[in-house]
Amino acid sequence: MESLFLRTAATLIVPLQIGLSVFLLLRGHNEPGGGFIGGLVCAAAILLWGISRDFPTARRLMRLHPTTLIGLGVLTAVGSGLAGSLLGLSFLTGVWAGSIPWLPFVGEVKLGTPLYFDIGVYLTVIGVITQIAFALEEAD
Amino acid sequence: MILSALLVLVAGAAAAPLLYRWMGARAGWVLALLPLVLFLALAARLPDIADGRPIAERTPWIPSLGIDLAFRIDGLALLFLLVILGIGALILLYGSGYLKGHPLQGRFFGYLLLFMIAMCGMVSADNTILLFVFWELTGIASYLLIGFYHEDAKARSSALQALLVTFLGGQALLAGLVLLSIATGGSFSLSETLEQREQVTAHPWYPAILLLILFGAFTKSAQFPFHFWLPGAMSAPAPVSAYLHSATMVNAGIFLMARMAPALAGTELWRGLATTAGVATMLAGALLAYPQADLKKLLAYSTVSALGTMILLLGLDTVLAVKAAMLFFLVHALYKGALFMAAGTVDHETGTRDVRVLSGLAKAMPLTTAAAVGAGLSMCGLPPLVGFISKELLYEAKLAAPYIGPAVTAAGVAANVLMVAVGLIVAFRPFHGTLNHTPKPPHEGKWTLWLPPLTLALLGILFGLAPGLIDRGLIAPAVSAVRAQETEVTLKLWHGINSVLMLSIATVATGFVVFRLRHRARPAAERIAQSGPGSLGPARLYEWLLEGMVQCAKFLTHTLQHGSLRGYVGVAVSVMVAVTGAALLRVWSPAALVWDFSDLRPYEGVLLIAMIAGAVFAALSNSRLAAIASLGIVGFGVALVFGMYGAPDLALTQLLVETLTLVILVLVIYRLPRIASRSTPRQQIADAILALSAGAVITVLLLIAQNLHPEPVLRDYFVQNSLEAKGRNVVNVILVDFRALDTLGEITVLAAAALGVGGLIWLRPRRKQPEGGES
Repeated sequence: MESLFLRTAATLIVPLQIGLSVFLLLRGHNEPGGGFIGGLVCAAAILLWGISRDFPTARRLMRLHPTTLIGLGVLTAVGSGLAGSLLGLSFLTGVWAGSIPWLPFVGEVKLGTPLYFDIGVYLTVIGVITQIAFALEEAD
Repeated sequence: MILSALLVLVAGAAAAPLLYRWMGARAGWVLALLPLVLFLALAARLPDIADGRPIAERTPWIPSLGIDLAFRIDGLALLFLLVILGIGALILLYGSGYLKGHPLQGRFFGYLLLFMIAMCGMVSADNTILLFVFWELTGIASYLLIGFYHEDAKARSSALQALLVTFLGGQALLAGLVLLSIATGGSFSLSETLEQREQVTAHPWYPAILLLILFGAFTKSAQFPFHFWLPGAMSAPAPVSAYLHSATMVNAGIFLMARMAPALAGTELWRGLATTAGVATMLAGALLAYPQADLKKLLAYSTVSALGTMILLLGLDTVLAVKAAMLFFLVHALYKGALFMAAGTVDHETGTRDVRVLSGLAKAMPLTTAAAVGAGLSMCGLPPLVGFISKELLYEAKLAAPYIGPAVTAAGVAANVLMVAVGLIVAFRPFHGTLNHTPKPPHEGKWTLWLPPLTLALLGILFGLAPGLIDRGLIAPAVSAVRAQETEVTLKLWHGINSVLMLSIATVATGFVVFRLRHRARPAAERIAQSGPGSLGPARLYEWLLEGMVQCAKFLTHTLQHGSLRGYVGVAVSVMVAVTGAALLRVWSPAALVWDFSDLRPYEGVLLIAMIAGAVFAALSNSRLAAIASLGIVGFGVALVFGMYGAPDLALTQLLVETLTLVILVLVIYRLPRIASRSTPRQQIADAILALSAGAVITVLLLIAQNLHPEPVLRDYFVQNSLEAKGRNVVNVILVDFRALDTLGEITVLAAAALGVGGLIWLRPRRKQPEGGES
């Protein structure tokens, strides 16, 4: 599937896509977006990289093995729930602590366990999609 | 204090493999200190508990369900705890010698401690659910211990058998405990429940409660006809048999009956069920034990008989019988534990357990012989051993039983005669006479192999000579707990010449004669075992049921998981059409449909036509790639529809999922061959009918749904409350805050699915040439 057009386009598009995925993740609480959608965009970027070049390169781009990413994601989500438990509230109760007043494109980002939870979802989704895609790509 | 003691044992169990790596078999010596210290600490509290001041504590666990980590050590729990911890310490010592050099010895110590935790927790639990949890934990630990030689298929199947039979009882027990809690007003507190005897026995559910709880007790204590798992469990290493199958786990059922007696005993049903099971087991165990040639089988069946005796005594339900039961529990644990260990030592040092081969070991193994003979005499009930006192009390209790006294006494004498013979075969035969040839030249084992059984045998003599050591301090509080009233117990070695003594003398004399006849009995027993009735035992039924279950599971799996994607989709869609269609028929009327397309905008119409065209083209296409691309048109069309009607999050998600599905499908498609054969025309027609009816049902559903305008309660709630959760995007707030637990569940499912896909693809056996067809 080597194609110069695709390759050049991917070089331009993939960084934008990854930036977009983080943007979607962070603004999700107020505008359309969120961890699930952000994760899908990021996974699509990695797959685009893999298709335009080759999949081992895409794996290296990820640094972490998809399985590790899945584990990290689920643990992050569980961990965000434990914050409530530790404060004597019930599991997964939202706990908020301050905010970042302004980030480029996003604006104000409120910091709290729901954001942390969403990051867990984001990581899990990236891990799941890439795991399945890599497995299928390598199968024979 | 109790909870922390259990946690100390947990730490010991976890550290066992590491400790073993560091100091080898001697890790057992160090670990034996844990139960020893707890034993001494408890023994120091003995006077308090004997005075009726139990140790109690409570830590909340699941307060909303009334389940606490509540513990209470009264006389009954204390008796069992001392046996569990005392013998447990000796078994750890013995295991360090018996399994020396086994690569998994560290794990073995861990399992033993785990089992000890489960037993200690069970006997001291003061919450019925907690009791059940520990009850099942003993089953799991025993599964690991019985199957310790896991490379041996027989050990594995025996372990599974023990697990399944006792778990079956465990399920019944749980049901019984829950019913009991409902009948007593919803409390799971054991001590509160036990005080409500009147309410329980008068309750209409009483028979069900009693049957279920006794079923649990009977399976755990290997009562006839569930006795077969116990001899099977002899594939375990000797320390396990000595610990689990003589002194502790099999007595869990006895404990349960004794523990529940204050609330459940005292009725005809209790007496009838327990005495019937007890007598049947006592006789069956004794008859099955006598003709065995394997030392461990002999001991296993005699344990079955002894357990039957204890159940019978608890069933007789008199003060005297309970006294006899509690004393016999202690006595049996002492002599049977010693005999199992001595048998293990003999096996370890000579290489055989066959009593037809073993002979004249006394000179080579004097200390093991001393332990075995000491314990064997107690088993036969000879003075001055504590076994004698126990048997006297047994006979006294049986004779005094109302109505059925003569019958149970006769059964008891018959069983005891056989027990005397078995005792002589086990503890006398291998050591007496001239030395026979054995696989290994016999010699005395290391000190860890003879000291533990000898300790137990000596205790049997000590308690026989000085019964004052145990009667007031240990047995009386246990009996008081079972009878729920203060009870005096005084034990004496010599009662004078009376009918009980005559029975004892007759038993021993007849037992000796029966012992001499054993060579004639064995062939006869073998013939019976191989002929008709012998092969139809409950063990066969178990095998038959197990095999049937596996076959049934296979059949179901083949029927439901046939691997044809078309089949799965067909079933799912047919069910949807049938169920939704049936519901729609009930509200159907032509007027219910809203045929109003006046506000359809032109671009919406174009989109719809494109989607329909995509679907039709996908159905007719001959190429997979073309079909997928045209399905993509449908998917992106749906995403646009979501976007137009004000669901941007949904539209985004649909768009992305559609894209990624396309990519993944393309990855798969490359590996599939061309579509080799299309469905037959008949199949195509059937598929078309199904597809069209599904479409029709959904269309009608949507048209009818136009009429419904439910109150927007949820929408208003979420809109009002999402700002409190600091978000303006309601969809996202629901996902990560209001319903975060659902999301957590979903990503866990996703994670499991991805791991499964990876496993299936990466771990499958490699094939040389990719083959495949339409699937």
